[in-house]
Amino acid sequence: MVAALGRFGRFFAQALGYTVVPPFKFGQLIDRIHFIGFRSLTIVILTGAFTGMVLGLQIFLTLSRFGSEAYLGPAVALSLIRELGPVLCAVFVTGLAGSALTAEIGIMKITEQIDALQVMALNPVRYLVVPAIVAGVITFPLLVSIFDTVGIFGGYLVGVELLGLSPGTYFGEMKTFVDLSDLTTGYWKAISFGIIVPWVCTYKGFYCGNGAEGVARATTQAVVLASVLILVWDYFLGSVLP
Amino acid sequence: MIRVQGLYRRFGEQAVLRGLDLDIATGEIMVVIGRSGGGKSVLLKHLIGLLRPDAGAVLVDGTDITRLRGRDLDHVRERYGVVFQGGALFDSMTVWDNVAFPLRERGGLGDAEIRGRVEEKLQQVGLAGMGHKDPAEISGGMRKRVAIARALVTEPEIVFFDEPTTGLDPILVNTIHHLILELHRKFRFTAIMVSHEIPEIFEIADRVAMLHDGVIVEVGPPDAVRSSSNPVVQQFIRGDIEAVPADGRR
Repeated sequence: MVAALGRFGRFFAQALGYTVVPPFKFGQLIDRIHFIGFRSLTIVILTGAFTGMVLGLQIFLTLSRFGSEAYLGPAVALSLIRELGPVLCAVFVTGLAGSALTAEIGIMKITEQIDALQVMALNPVRYLVVPAIVAGVITFPLLVSIFDTVGIFGGYLVGVELLGLSPGTYFGEMKTFVDLSDLTTGYWKAISFGIIVPWVCTYKGFYCGNGAEGVARATTQAVVLASVLILVWDYFLGSVLP
Repeated sequence: MIRVQGLYRRFGEQAVLRGLDLDIATGEIMVVIGRSGGGKSVLLKHLIGLLRPDAGAVLVDGTDITRLRGRDLDHVRERYGVVFQGGALFDSMTVWDNVAFPLRERGGLGDAEIRGRVEEKLQQVGLAGMGHKDPAEISGGMRKRVAIARALVTEPEIVFFDEPTTGLDPILVNTIHHLILELHRKFRFTAIMVSHEIPEIFEIADRVAMLHDGVIVEVGPPDAVRSSSNPVVQQFIRGDIEAVPADGRR
């Protein structure tokens, strides 16, 4: 257990070192941005919309018991921006792109493609891990922004269009209660999840077992571990950030 | 010259290499034979620097590569070409990109020169015009030939072949062997090949080494190995089922 944790930490330290030491693999970075970011867009938009709609409905029903429906806008926005946007988005991207990342690297490992990189004097961590982590740092905040925006309009659809709240109240109260610190909290979370997810998923691919079963097990472990770490880190950041 | 001295490697309780010694002369084709699971690929991975031994040394022109790390090891590897057992082609790239990959990553060559070298290598392995295909679209024999083209495109001094003909039909086995022989005559690289193909391998090897129980039990020119009095060697060459005692005597 201690050895595995040490290996996990060393793997990240190595990747971090190569992030700042050239040569940089820009071609690989663009490919990973497409792999993690662009391919996750549909699921992020879809889940963002329904998360906002569910929030809109449930929070409206709750607030209406106290006669405080006017606060629906800030309640939906704060829930999404501070908490649900970064966390749900990271979990969905883990399920979609993270699992694919583990499977891809795992298959490269068992078919000796990673060995082939090494004997060509190419460092596989520099070539496969660093671009994934940098792509995570770039794409996660963008995906979270899209998730939050779509979610807020999902809440608007339910609260304003279906349940009759005025549009001015929905957005006006949002302006009053949501400030910059809420946005920075959400983005710090998004950036840190953008590191955690590729780190865990590439690590599990690199150290997967033999054969198809080894890759399958590594993929499951990557999704579970990344999801747990997202929630643990979310609690930690939620405690220390304003 | 490559000199392997007292190479010892254990995986858990099992000692796979037990003080193995072997000399490989510059420019020769050395074929390592031995039973499946006997440690041939493990030996090859030590020569390439993918595994580190528990004891012993691998000297490449006098430099012990088992002590090298990072860029120092990469400098030695730049002299290598490796043909992996399954080809190890990058499945996210076309055949052409696979062959061009080592040249592009190494840098120092313009696009026109890379294009020329890749097309030349594809032609030499009989795959001209197949560059646009994905590795998944071509046969096993073609994949091996692409792997050979990729290994040779950087014009390496030392080429390692890990069972380059496993799983191929007898005609393809001979085709690949003749291709290797032809390319060797042309480029005079040092070739270290792990193979099971008896007796075909005797036709192309300069020397043959038999690996058994973690050590080299016989090494010499093909005829000498073929006529060896060592019962372990004879059992392997003839494919006898009856077991030979560990000390080699019957």
